[in-house]
Amino acid sequence: MFWNEEIETMPREDLEELQLKKLQATVKRAFDKIPYYNNRYTEAEVFPEDIETLKDIEKLPFITKDDLRQSYPFGLFAVDISEIKELHSSSGTTGKPVVSGYTDKDLDTWAETTARGLTMMGLGEEDILQNTHGYGMFTGGFGVHYGCHKIGAAIIPISTGQTRRQIEIMEDFGATGLIFTPSYGIHIGEVALEDGIDPKNLGIKAIGFGAEMWTEEIRQRVEELFGCKAFNIYGLTELMGPGVGVECEAQEGLHIAEDIYYPEIIDPNTCTTLGADTPGELVLTNLEREGMPVIRFRTKDLTKITYEKCSCGRTHARMSRITGRSDDMIKVKGVAIFPSQIEKALLKVGDVEPHYLIIVTRPGTLDEIEVKVEASQDIFFDGVKEMMAVQEKIGKSIENETGIRVKVTLVEPKTLPRFEGKAKRVIDERNLH
Amino acid sequence: MKIKQLSIFLQNRMGSLSKPLEVLSEADVNIRAMCMADTSEFGILRLVVDNPERGKEALEENSFLVKITEIIGVEMNDTPGGLTSILKVIKENEIDLEYLYAFTHEKEGKAILLLHADKLEELIDALKEKDIVIVQADEVYNL
Ligand SMILES: [Zn+2]
Repeated sequence: MFWNEEIETMPREDLEELQLKKLQATVKRAFDKIPYYNNRYTEAEVFPEDIETLKDIEKLPFITKDDLRQSYPFGLFAVDISEIKELHSSSGTTGKPVVSGYTDKDLDTWAETTARGLTMMGLGEEDILQNTHGYGMFTGGFGVHYGCHKIGAAIIPISTGQTRRQIEIMEDFGATGLIFTPSYGIHIGEVALEDGIDPKNLGIKAIGFGAEMWTEEIRQRVEELFGCKAFNIYGLTELMGPGVGVECEAQEGLHIAEDIYYPEIIDPNTCTTLGADTPGELVLTNLEREGMPVIRFRTKDLTKITYEKCSCGRTHARMSRITGRSDDMIKVKGVAIFPSQIEKALLKVGDVEPHYLIIVTRPGTLDEIEVKVEASQDIFFDGVKEMMAVQEKIGKSIENETGIRVKVTLVEPKTLPRFEGKAKRVIDERNLH
Repeated sequence: MKIKQLSIFLQNRMGSLSKPLEVLSEADVNIRAMCMADTSEFGILRLVVDNPERGKEALEENSFLVKITEIIGVEMNDTPGGLTSILKVIKENEIDLEYLYAFTHEKEGKAILLLHADKLEELIDALKEKDIVIVQADEVYNL
Protein backbone atom coordinates (compact mmCIF):
# COMPACT_ATOMS: atom_id res chain seq x y z
CA MET A 1 0.00 0.00 0.00
CA PHE A 2 1.32 3.43 -0.97
CA TRP A 3 0.12 6.87 -0.05
CA ASN A 4 1.83 8.54 -2.98
CA GLU A 5 2.82 5.74 -5.32
CA GLU A 6 4.15 7.94 -8.11
CA ILE A 7 6.64 9.71 -5.86
CA GLU A 8 7.46 6.81 -3.56
CA THR A 9 8.31 4.40 -6.39
CA MET A 10 9.84 6.96 -8.76
CA PRO A 11 12.93 5.65 -10.63
CA ARG A 12 16.04 6.99 -8.85
CA GLU A 13 17.22 8.89 -11.90
CA ASP A 14 14.00 10.88 -12.02
CA LEU A 15 14.01 11.30 -8.26
CA GLU A 16 17.52 12.76 -8.32
CA GLU A 17 16.55 15.15 -11.09
CA LEU A 18 13.62 16.29 -8.96
CA GLN A 19 15.88 16.64 -5.91
CA LEU A 20 18.37 18.77 -7.83
CA LYS A 21 15.67 21.14 -9.04
CA LYS A 22 14.30 21.51 -5.53
CA LEU A 23 17.75 21.92 -4.01
CA GLN A 24 18.67 24.69 -6.44
CA ALA A 25 15.42 26.50 -5.69
CA THR A 26 15.89 26.09 -1.93
CA VAL A 27 19.47 27.37 -1.91
CA LYS A 28 18.49 30.37 -4.05
CA ARG A 29 15.55 31.26 -1.80
CA ALA A 30 17.64 30.90 1.33
CA PHE A 31 20.43 33.03 -0.12
CA ASP A 32 18.01 35.72 -1.25
CA LYS A 33 15.71 35.85 1.73
CA ILE A 34 17.65 34.84 4.83
CA PRO A 35 20.60 37.02 5.91
CA TYR A 36 22.19 34.11 7.80
CA TYR A 37 22.64 32.05 4.62
CA ASN A 38 23.61 35.10 2.60
CA ASN A 39 26.43 35.89 5.01
CA ARG A 40 27.62 32.34 5.49
CA TYR A 41 27.64 31.52 1.76
CA THR A 42 29.27 34.79 0.84
CA GLU A 43 31.99 34.16 3.43
CA ALA A 44 32.52 30.66 2.06
CA GLU A 45 32.47 32.10 -1.47
CA VAL A 46 29.83 29.70 -2.65
CA PHE A 47 26.73 30.93 -4.47
CA PRO A 48 23.42 29.44 -5.60
CA GLU A 49 24.63 29.10 -9.19
CA ASP A 50 27.45 26.82 -7.99
CA ILE A 51 24.92 24.08 -7.32
CA GLU A 52 24.95 22.28 -10.66
CA THR A 53 24.72 18.72 -9.42
CA LEU A 54 23.47 17.11 -6.22
CA LYS A 55 27.07 16.46 -5.25
CA ASP A 56 27.67 20.23 -5.27
CA ILE A 57 25.74 20.43 -2.01
CA GLU A 58 29.04 19.47 -0.36
CA LYS A 59 30.36 22.94 -1.18
CA LEU A 60 27.85 24.47 1.22
CA PRO A 61 28.70 24.95 4.90
CA PHE A 62 26.83 22.96 7.53
CA ILE A 63 24.30 24.43 9.89
CA THR A 64 24.24 23.26 13.51
CA LYS A 65 21.79 23.42 16.36
CA ASP A 66 23.86 26.25 17.83
CA ASP A 67 23.45 28.28 14.64
CA LEU A 68 19.71 27.74 14.81
CA ARG A 69 19.69 28.76 18.46
CA GLN A 70 21.55 31.96 17.74
CA SER A 71 18.81 32.92 15.30
CA TYR A 72 16.22 32.63 18.07
CA PRO A 73 13.37 33.11 17.64
CA PHE A 74 12.55 33.92 14.01
CA GLY A 75 15.95 34.71 12.48
CA LEU A 76 15.85 31.91 9.94
CA PHE A 77 12.37 32.48 8.59
CA ALA A 78 12.18 33.06 4.84
CA VAL A 79 8.68 34.50 4.94
CA ASP A 80 6.88 37.27 6.77
CA ILE A 81 5.36 36.23 10.10
CA SER A 82 1.93 36.82 8.56
CA GLU A 83 2.45 33.72 6.46
CA ILE A 84 3.50 31.55 9.39
CA LYS A 85 0.58 29.47 10.62
CA GLU A 86 2.18 27.43 13.37
CA LEU A 87 5.22 27.58 15.62
CA HIS A 88 6.99 24.76 17.39
CA SER A 89 10.20 24.47 19.30
CA SER A 90 12.55 21.74 20.34
CA SER A 91 13.24 21.14 24.00
CA GLY A 92 15.88 23.57 25.19
CA THR A 93 17.89 21.64 27.76
CA THR A 94 20.79 24.01 27.28
CA GLY A 95 20.30 27.63 26.28
CA LYS A 96 17.55 28.85 24.00
CA PRO A 97 15.38 26.34 22.16
CA VAL A 98 15.21 26.05 18.39
CA VAL A 99 12.07 27.49 16.84
CA SER A 100 10.41 26.02 13.77
CA GLY A 101 7.87 27.99 11.72
CA TYR A 102 5.38 26.52 9.26
CA THR A 103 3.35 28.05 6.46
CA ASP A 104 0.09 26.45 5.32
CA LYS A 105 1.98 24.63 2.61
CA ASP A 106 4.61 23.43 5.11
CA LEU A 107 1.93 21.94 7.34
CA ASP A 108 0.58 20.12 4.31
CA THR A 109 4.04 18.85 3.35
CA TRP A 110 4.60 17.67 6.90
CA ALA A 111 1.25 15.85 6.89
CA GLU A 112 2.20 14.30 3.54
CA THR A 113 5.32 12.72 5.07
CA THR A 114 3.53 11.27 8.08
CA ALA A 115 0.63 10.13 5.89
CA ARG A 116 3.10 8.14 3.81
CA GLY A 117 4.51 6.66 7.01
CA LEU A 118 1.17 5.70 8.53
CA THR A 119 0.23 4.06 5.21
CA MET A 120 3.52 2.11 5.31
CA MET A 121 2.49 0.87 8.73
CA GLY A 122 -0.70 -0.49 7.18
CA LEU A 123 -3.06 2.12 8.62
CA GLY A 124 -5.94 3.63 6.66
CA GLU A 125 -9.24 5.46 7.04
CA GLU A 126 -10.98 2.64 8.94
CA ASP A 127 -8.37 2.81 11.71
CA ILE A 128 -8.31 4.52 15.10
CA LEU A 129 -4.93 5.82 16.14
CA GLN A 130 -4.05 6.56 19.76
CA ASN A 131 -1.24 9.10 19.86
CA THR A 132 0.64 9.09 23.17
CA HIS A 133 3.23 11.58 21.93
CA GLY A 134 3.05 14.85 23.77
CA TYR A 135 1.12 17.65 22.08
CA GLY A 136 2.37 21.17 22.52
CA MET A 137 5.63 22.71 21.37
CA PHE A 138 7.12 19.27 20.78
CA THR A 139 6.48 18.22 17.17
CA GLY A 140 5.91 14.54 17.95
CA GLY A 141 2.23 14.92 18.71
CA PHE A 142 1.12 17.20 15.89
CA GLY A 143 3.16 15.58 13.12
CA VAL A 144 1.36 12.30 13.56
CA HIS A 145 -1.91 14.14 14.13
CA TYR A 146 -1.84 15.93 10.76
CA GLY A 147 -0.78 12.79 8.91
CA CYS A 148 -3.62 10.91 10.51
CA HIS A 149 -6.12 13.50 9.26
CA LYS A 150 -4.68 13.14 5.78
CA ILE A 151 -5.15 9.36 5.61
CA GLY A 152 -8.62 9.78 7.08
CA ALA A 153 -8.10 7.67 10.20
CA ALA A 154 -9.58 8.75 13.54
CA ILE A 155 -7.04 10.18 15.94
CA ILE A 156 -7.16 10.02 19.73
CA PRO A 157 -4.91 12.92 20.82
CA ILE A 158 -4.38 11.58 24.33
CA SER A 159 -0.75 12.66 24.81
CA THR A 160 1.66 11.09 27.28
CA GLY A 161 0.87 10.02 30.81
CA GLN A 162 -2.09 8.72 32.79
CA THR A 163 -1.17 5.20 31.81
CA ARG A 164 -4.23 3.45 33.23
CA ARG A 165 -6.50 5.85 31.39
CA GLN A 166 -4.53 5.17 28.19
CA ILE A 167 -5.32 1.47 28.55
CA GLU A 168 -8.96 2.11 29.32
CA ILE A 169 -9.35 4.31 26.22
CA MET A 170 -7.55 1.74 24.06
CA GLU A 171 -10.04 -0.88 25.17
CA ASP A 172 -13.18 1.25 25.08
CA PHE A 173 -12.48 3.10 21.81
CA GLY A 174 -11.02 0.05 20.08
CA ALA A 175 -7.75 1.69 19.04
CA THR A 176 -6.08 -0.19 16.18
CA GLY A 177 -2.87 1.83 16.03
CA LEU A 178 -0.58 3.20 18.73
CA ILE A 179 2.14 5.81 18.69
CA PHE A 180 4.60 5.82 21.58
CA THR A 181 8.24 5.94 22.58
CA PRO A 182 9.59 2.41 23.14
CA SER A 183 10.14 2.85 26.87
CA TYR A 184 6.69 4.30 27.40
CA GLY A 185 5.17 1.53 25.29
CA ILE A 186 6.77 -1.14 27.44
CA HIS A 187 5.54 0.71 30.50
CA ILE A 188 1.97 0.74 29.15
CA GLY A 189 2.21 -2.97 28.37
CA GLU A 190 3.48 -3.80 31.83
CA VAL A 191 0.82 -1.77 33.59
CA ALA A 192 -1.86 -3.48 31.49
CA LEU A 193 -0.51 -6.90 32.46
CA GLU A 194 -0.41 -5.88 36.12
CA ASP A 195 -4.09 -5.03 35.84
CA GLY A 196 -4.88 -8.36 34.27
CA ILE A 197 -5.29 -7.05 30.71
CA ASP A 198 -3.26 -8.83 28.05
CA PRO A 199 -2.20 -6.10 25.58
CA LYS A 200 -2.28 -8.73 22.83
CA ASN A 201 -6.06 -8.88 23.14
CA LEU A 202 -6.51 -5.15 22.56
CA GLY A 203 -6.61 -5.61 18.79
CA ILE A 204 -3.71 -3.30 17.95
CA LYS A 205 -2.64 -3.67 14.28
CA ALA A 206 0.45 -1.48 14.19
CA ILE A 207 2.66 0.57 16.47
CA GLY A 208 4.74 3.61 15.53
CA PHE A 209 7.86 4.24 17.54
CA GLY A 210 9.59 7.51 17.90
CA ALA A 211 11.69 10.00 19.75
CA GLU A 212 14.28 7.80 21.40
CA MET A 213 16.95 5.27 20.72
CA TRP A 214 16.05 1.63 20.92
CA THR A 215 17.47 -1.76 20.08
CA GLU A 216 16.09 -4.65 18.03
CA GLU A 217 15.51 -6.53 21.31
CA ILE A 218 13.30 -3.71 22.59
CA ARG A 219 11.29 -3.80 19.37
CA GLN A 220 10.82 -7.54 19.80
CA ARG A 221 9.68 -7.02 23.38
CA VAL A 222 7.09 -4.44 22.27
CA GLU A 223 5.92 -6.64 19.39
CA GLU A 224 5.54 -9.59 21.75
CA LEU A 225 3.69 -7.51 24.34
CA PHE A 226 1.17 -6.12 21.87
CA GLY A 227 1.15 -8.95 19.33
CA CYS A 228 1.73 -6.72 16.29
CA LYS A 229 4.49 -5.09 14.29
CA ALA A 230 6.21 -1.95 15.57
CA PHE A 231 7.57 0.56 13.06
CA ASN A 232 10.28 3.12 13.51
CA ILE A 233 9.46 6.77 12.85
CA TYR A 234 12.22 9.35 12.62
CA GLY A 235 12.16 13.09 12.49
CA LEU A 236 13.31 16.24 14.18
CA THR A 237 11.78 19.60 14.92
CA GLU A 238 14.60 21.53 13.23
CA LEU A 239 13.69 20.00 9.87
CA MET A 240 9.90 19.85 10.39
CA GLY A 241 9.11 17.00 12.77
CA PRO A 242 8.41 13.26 12.62
CA GLY A 243 8.08 11.79 9.15
CA VAL A 244 11.59 12.36 7.79
CA GLY A 245 11.90 8.58 7.70
CA VAL A 246 9.42 5.78 8.43
CA GLU A 247 9.73 2.02 8.20
CA CYS A 248 7.71 0.00 5.74
CA GLU A 249 6.40 -3.54 6.28
CA ALA A 250 9.84 -4.96 5.38
CA GLN A 251 11.23 -3.37 8.58
CA GLU A 252 14.63 -3.10 6.95
CA GLY A 253 15.34 0.55 7.50
CA LEU A 254 13.34 3.76 7.34
CA HIS A 255 12.39 5.21 3.97
CA ILE A 256 13.46 8.82 3.85
CA ALA A 257 10.95 11.03 2.05
CA GLU A 258 13.66 11.98 -0.43
CA ASP A 259 11.62 14.41 -2.47
CA ILE A 260 11.20 16.41 0.74
CA TYR A 261 14.50 15.80 2.57
CA TYR A 262 17.94 15.36 1.08
CA PRO A 263 20.07 13.05 3.24
CA GLU A 264 23.86 12.81 3.51
CA ILE A 265 26.13 10.84 5.80
CA ILE A 266 29.32 12.49 7.05
CA ASP A 267 32.22 11.54 9.23
CA PRO A 268 31.46 13.53 12.42
CA ASN A 269 35.15 14.26 13.00
CA THR A 270 36.43 15.19 9.55
CA CYS A 271 33.04 16.34 8.18
CA THR A 272 33.71 14.65 4.86
CA THR A 273 30.79 13.06 3.06
CA LEU A 274 30.73 9.28 3.23
CA GLY A 275 29.27 6.86 0.72
CA ALA A 276 26.27 4.56 0.91
CA ASP A 277 26.16 1.85 3.58
CA THR A 278 28.84 3.56 5.67
CA PRO A 279 27.95 4.54 9.22
CA GLY A 280 28.29 8.19 10.14
CA GLU A 281 26.34 11.29 11.13
CA LEU A 282 23.14 12.08 9.28
CA VAL A 283 22.95 15.51 7.62
CA LEU A 284 19.59 16.68 6.29
CA THR A 285 18.39 19.41 3.95
CA ASN A 286 14.82 20.64 3.48
CA LEU A 287 13.91 20.42 -0.19
CA GLU A 288 10.36 21.56 0.24
CA ARG A 289 9.93 24.14 2.91
CA GLU A 290 8.72 27.71 2.64
CA GLY A 291 8.77 29.00 6.20
CA MET A 292 12.22 28.02 7.29
CA PRO A 293 14.42 26.13 4.84
CA VAL A 294 17.25 24.38 6.70
CA ILE A 295 20.23 23.41 4.58
CA ARG A 296 22.78 20.78 5.60
CA PHE A 297 21.71 20.40 9.20
CA ARG A 298 23.99 18.25 11.34
CA THR A 299 21.55 15.99 13.17
CA LYS A 300 24.25 14.39 15.38
CA ASP A 301 22.35 11.15 14.87
CA LEU A 302 24.44 8.20 13.79
CA THR A 303 23.11 5.91 11.08
CA LYS A 304 23.85 4.68 7.55
CA ILE A 305 21.93 4.87 4.30
CA THR A 306 21.25 2.32 1.61
CA TYR A 307 19.97 3.26 -1.86
CA GLU A 308 19.01 -0.25 -2.90
CA LYS A 309 15.41 -0.73 -3.93
CA CYS A 310 13.33 -2.09 -1.07
CA SER A 311 11.26 -5.27 -1.32
CA CYS A 312 8.16 -3.12 -0.75
CA GLY A 313 8.69 -1.45 -4.12
CA ARG A 314 9.74 1.96 -2.82
CA THR A 315 12.81 3.53 -4.38
CA HIS A 316 13.47 6.07 -1.65
CA ALA A 317 16.67 5.56 0.32
CA ARG A 318 16.53 3.77 3.66
CA MET A 319 18.39 4.79 6.79
CA SER A 320 19.04 2.22 9.49
CA ARG A 321 17.77 2.86 12.98
CA ILE A 322 19.76 5.44 14.94
CA THR A 323 22.56 3.67 16.76
CA GLY A 324 23.78 6.61 18.77
CA ARG A 325 24.45 10.33 18.89
CA SER A 326 27.69 11.85 17.83
CA ASP A 327 27.35 14.22 20.82
CA ASP A 328 25.52 12.01 23.36
CA MET A 329 28.36 9.64 22.82
CA ILE A 330 30.50 9.49 25.93
CA LYS A 331 34.20 9.65 25.31
CA VAL A 332 36.00 7.81 28.06
CA LYS A 333 39.71 7.21 28.02
CA GLY A 334 39.56 8.15 24.35
CA VAL A 335 37.00 5.47 23.54
CA ALA A 336 33.56 6.37 22.21
CA ILE A 337 30.73 4.70 24.07
CA PHE A 338 27.01 4.84 23.34
CA PRO A 339 24.18 4.02 25.75
CA SER A 340 22.85 1.57 23.16
CA GLN A 341 25.97 -0.54 23.61
CA ILE A 342 25.38 -0.78 27.35
CA GLU A 343 21.81 -1.75 26.66
CA LYS A 344 22.88 -4.47 24.27
CA ALA A 345 25.34 -5.81 26.82
CA LEU A 346 22.62 -6.02 29.46
CA LEU A 347 20.22 -7.79 27.12
CA LYS A 348 22.95 -10.32 26.38
CA VAL A 349 23.25 -11.36 30.02
CA GLY A 350 19.54 -12.05 30.16
CA ASP A 351 18.18 -8.82 31.59
CA VAL A 352 15.06 -8.66 29.43
CA GLU A 353 14.01 -5.08 30.13
CA PRO A 354 17.14 -3.32 31.29
CA HIS A 355 16.78 -0.17 33.31
CA TYR A 356 20.15 1.44 33.69
CA LEU A 357 21.98 4.69 34.18
CA ILE A 358 25.51 5.51 33.12
CA ILE A 359 27.43 7.81 35.41
CA VAL A 360 30.74 9.23 34.26
CA THR A 361 33.03 10.83 36.81
CA ARG A 362 36.59 11.98 36.97
CA PRO A 363 37.68 11.58 40.59
CA GLY A 364 41.32 12.36 39.84
CA THR A 365 42.72 12.65 36.37
CA LEU A 366 41.15 9.47 35.05
CA ASP A 367 37.60 8.91 33.88
CA GLU A 368 35.49 6.34 35.63
CA ILE A 369 32.21 4.88 34.49
CA GLU A 370 29.66 3.41 36.78
CA VAL A 371 26.67 1.60 35.33
CA LYS A 372 23.76 1.32 37.71
CA VAL A 373 21.46 -1.54 36.81
CA GLU A 374 18.13 -2.27 38.41
CA ALA A 375 18.04 -5.85 39.61
CA SER A 376 15.10 -7.82 38.20
CA GLN A 377 13.71 -11.34 38.50
CA ASP A 378 15.81 -12.35 35.47
CA ILE A 379 19.04 -11.60 37.27
CA PHE A 380 18.21 -12.19 40.91
CA PHE A 381 19.39 -15.30 42.75
CA ASP A 382 19.29 -16.23 46.41
CA GLY A 383 23.03 -16.25 46.90
CA VAL A 384 25.70 -13.61 47.38
CA LYS A 385 28.14 -15.57 45.22
CA GLU A 386 25.60 -15.83 42.40
CA MET A 387 24.85 -12.12 42.60
CA MET A 388 28.54 -11.25 42.49
CA ALA A 389 28.76 -13.50 39.43
CA VAL A 390 25.87 -11.60 37.83
CA GLN A 391 27.67 -8.30 38.46
CA GLU A 392 30.84 -9.74 37.00
CA LYS A 393 29.01 -11.10 33.96
CA ILE A 394 27.43 -7.71 33.28
CA GLY A 395 30.83 -6.06 33.59
CA LYS A 396 32.39 -8.52 31.15
CA SER A 397 29.53 -8.14 28.70
CA ILE A 398 29.90 -4.34 28.77
CA GLU A 399 33.63 -4.69 28.31
CA ASN A 400 33.02 -6.92 25.28
CA GLU A 401 30.71 -4.34 23.72
CA THR A 402 32.69 -1.22 24.51
CA GLY A 403 36.24 -2.27 25.31
CA ILE A 404 36.05 -0.42 28.62
CA ARG A 405 35.93 -1.78 32.15
CA VAL A 406 33.16 -0.23 34.16
CA LYS A 407 31.96 -0.50 37.72
CA VAL A 408 28.61 -2.27 37.83
CA THR A 409 26.24 -1.55 40.70
CA LEU A 410 23.02 -3.46 41.14
CA VAL A 411 20.25 -1.33 42.59
CA GLU A 412 16.73 -2.08 43.77
CA PRO A 413 13.85 -2.14 41.26
CA LYS A 414 12.24 1.18 40.33
CA THR A 415 14.92 3.28 42.02
CA LEU A 416 16.28 4.73 38.78
CA PRO A 417 14.33 7.59 37.20
CA ARG A 418 11.65 6.65 34.65
CA PHE A 419 11.05 8.73 31.55
CA GLU A 420 7.95 9.06 29.52
CA GLY A 421 9.67 10.94 26.72
CA LYS A 422 13.31 10.72 25.71
CA ALA A 423 15.19 8.57 28.20
CA LYS A 424 18.19 10.14 29.84
CA ARG A 425 20.73 7.39 30.21
CA VAL A 426 23.91 9.30 30.87
CA ILE A 427 24.96 11.52 33.72
CA ASP A 428 28.29 13.15 33.02
CA GLU A 429 29.76 14.61 36.19
CA ARG A 430 33.16 15.37 34.74
CA ASN A 431 32.71 19.09 34.26
CA LEU A 432 34.49 19.14 30.94
CA HIS A 433 33.27 22.57 29.89
CA MET B 1 8.39 -30.31 54.95
CA LYS B 2 10.28 -27.66 53.02
CA ILE B 3 9.98 -24.17 54.37
CA LYS B 4 9.26 -21.31 51.99
CA GLN B 5 11.73 -18.57 52.71
CA LEU B 6 11.57 -15.04 51.30
CA SER B 7 14.80 -13.77 49.73
CA ILE B 8 14.80 -10.01 49.19
CA PHE B 9 17.35 -8.02 47.21
CA LEU B 10 18.50 -4.90 49.04
CA GLN B 11 20.88 -2.15 48.24
CA ASN B 12 23.28 -1.59 51.05
CA ARG B 13 22.39 1.81 52.28
CA MET B 14 21.24 3.16 55.60
CA GLY B 15 17.72 2.17 56.40
CA SER B 16 17.43 -0.35 53.59
CA LEU B 17 16.58 -3.05 56.11
CA SER B 18 13.79 -1.27 57.90
CA LYS B 19 11.52 -0.64 54.90
CA PRO B 20 10.78 -4.29 54.02
CA LEU B 21 10.20 -5.11 57.68
CA GLU B 22 7.76 -2.23 57.91
CA VAL B 23 5.92 -3.40 54.79
CA LEU B 24 5.55 -6.88 56.26
CA SER B 25 4.32 -5.64 59.58
CA GLU B 26 1.75 -3.45 57.84
CA ALA B 27 0.57 -6.48 55.90
CA ASP B 28 0.25 -8.35 59.19
CA VAL B 29 2.93 -10.83 58.25
CA ASN B 30 4.99 -12.04 61.22
CA ILE B 31 8.66 -12.77 61.04
CA ARG B 32 9.90 -16.04 62.56
CA ALA B 33 13.58 -15.83 61.66
CA MET B 34 15.82 -13.63 59.61
CA CYS B 35 19.36 -13.30 58.38
CA MET B 36 21.18 -10.89 56.13
CA ALA B 37 23.90 -11.84 53.69
CA ASP B 38 25.69 -8.85 52.32
CA THR B 39 28.64 -7.38 50.50
CA SER B 40 29.69 -3.77 50.65
CA GLU B 41 27.29 -2.99 47.81
CA PHE B 42 24.20 -5.13 48.12
CA GLY B 43 22.58 -7.63 50.40
CA ILE B 44 20.11 -10.47 50.41
CA LEU B 45 17.67 -10.46 53.27
CA ARG B 46 16.30 -13.91 54.08
CA LEU B 47 13.14 -14.23 56.10
CA VAL B 48 10.99 -17.01 57.41
CA VAL B 49 7.50 -15.65 57.95
CA ASP B 50 4.13 -17.06 58.94
CA ASN B 51 2.60 -16.41 55.50
CA PRO B 52 5.23 -16.40 52.72
CA GLU B 53 2.76 -15.81 49.86
CA ARG B 54 1.17 -12.82 51.48
CA GLY B 55 4.60 -11.51 52.44
CA LYS B 56 5.85 -11.78 48.87
CA GLU B 57 2.79 -10.05 47.50
CA ALA B 58 3.06 -7.16 49.95
CA LEU B 59 6.76 -6.68 49.24
CA GLU B 60 6.28 -6.78 45.48
CA GLU B 61 3.52 -4.22 45.71
CA ASN B 62 6.17 -1.99 47.26
CA SER B 63 8.59 -2.66 44.37
CA PHE B 64 10.86 -5.05 46.24
CA LEU B 65 12.58 -7.80 44.35
CA VAL B 66 11.58 -11.04 46.08
CA LYS B 67 12.07 -14.70 45.39
CA ILE B 68 10.65 -17.63 47.32
CA THR B 69 13.39 -20.13 48.13
CA GLU B 70 12.99 -23.50 49.76
CA ILE B 71 14.95 -24.35 52.89
CA ILE B 72 14.59 -26.93 55.64
CA GLY B 73 14.58 -26.64 59.40
CA VAL B 74 15.99 -29.15 61.83
CA GLU B 75 15.67 -29.33 65.55
CA MET B 76 18.87 -29.21 67.50
CA ASN B 77 19.83 -29.17 71.11
CA ASP B 78 20.49 -25.65 72.25
CA THR B 79 23.64 -26.79 73.97
CA PRO B 80 27.31 -26.82 73.00
CA GLY B 81 27.87 -29.45 70.33
CA GLY B 82 24.29 -29.30 69.03
CA LEU B 83 25.37 -27.70 65.80
CA THR B 84 28.51 -29.74 65.20
CA SER B 85 26.65 -33.03 65.25
CA ILE B 86 24.42 -31.85 62.43
CA LEU B 87 27.26 -30.37 60.43
CA LYS B 88 29.10 -33.66 60.77
CA VAL B 89 26.30 -35.50 58.98
CA ILE B 90 26.34 -32.95 56.16
CA LYS B 91 30.09 -33.22 55.80
CA GLU B 92 30.07 -37.01 55.79
CA ASN B 93 27.57 -36.99 52.95
CA GLU B 94 29.57 -34.38 51.00
CA ILE B 95 26.63 -32.03 50.63
CA ASP B 96 27.42 -28.41 49.74
CA LEU B 97 25.67 -26.24 52.24
CA GLU B 98 24.91 -22.80 50.79
CA TYR B 99 24.03 -21.14 54.07
CA LEU B 100 22.48 -21.72 57.48
CA TYR B 101 21.02 -19.71 60.32
CA ALA B 102 19.34 -20.59 63.55
CA PHE B 103 16.74 -19.31 65.96
CA THR B 104 15.39 -20.39 69.33
CA HIS B 105 11.81 -20.47 70.46
CA GLU B 106 9.65 -21.31 73.44
CA LYS B 107 10.23 -25.05 73.18
CA GLU B 108 12.72 -25.32 75.99
CA GLY B 109 16.28 -26.21 75.26
CA LYS B 110 15.69 -26.56 71.54
CA ALA B 111 16.72 -24.40 68.67
CA ILE B 112 15.77 -24.61 65.02
CA LEU B 113 18.54 -24.63 62.48
CA LEU B 114 17.59 -23.47 58.97
CA LEU B 115 19.56 -24.92 56.10
CA HIS B 116 19.81 -24.32 52.38
CA ALA B 117 21.60 -26.49 49.85
CA ASP B 118 21.24 -26.86 46.11
CA LYS B 119 20.64 -30.57 46.64
CA LEU B 120 17.91 -30.20 49.22
CA GLU B 121 16.49 -33.75 48.74
CA GLU B 122 19.85 -35.36 49.38
CA LEU B 123 20.25 -33.28 52.50
CA ILE B 124 16.85 -34.36 53.80
CA ASP B 125 17.64 -38.04 53.19
CA ALA B 126 21.00 -37.82 54.90
CA LEU B 127 19.56 -36.13 57.97
CA LYS B 128 16.67 -38.55 58.21
CA GLU B 129 19.05 -41.48 58.13
CA LYS B 130 20.71 -40.18 61.30
CA ASP B 131 17.32 -39.66 62.96
CA ILE B 132 17.64 -35.90 63.02
CA VAL B 133 14.19 -34.37 63.30
CA ILE B 134 13.15 -32.23 60.38
CA VAL B 135 10.64 -29.65 61.43
CA GLN B 136 7.37 -29.41 59.50
CA ALA B 137 6.96 -26.15 57.62
CA ASP B 138 3.62 -25.39 59.28
CA GLU B 139 5.20 -25.80 62.65
CA VAL B 140 7.69 -23.06 61.85
CA TYR B 141 5.11 -20.74 60.28
CA ASN B 142 2.81 -21.12 63.30
CA LEU B 143 5.32 -20.86 66.12
ZN1 LIG C 1 10.33 -0.60 1.95
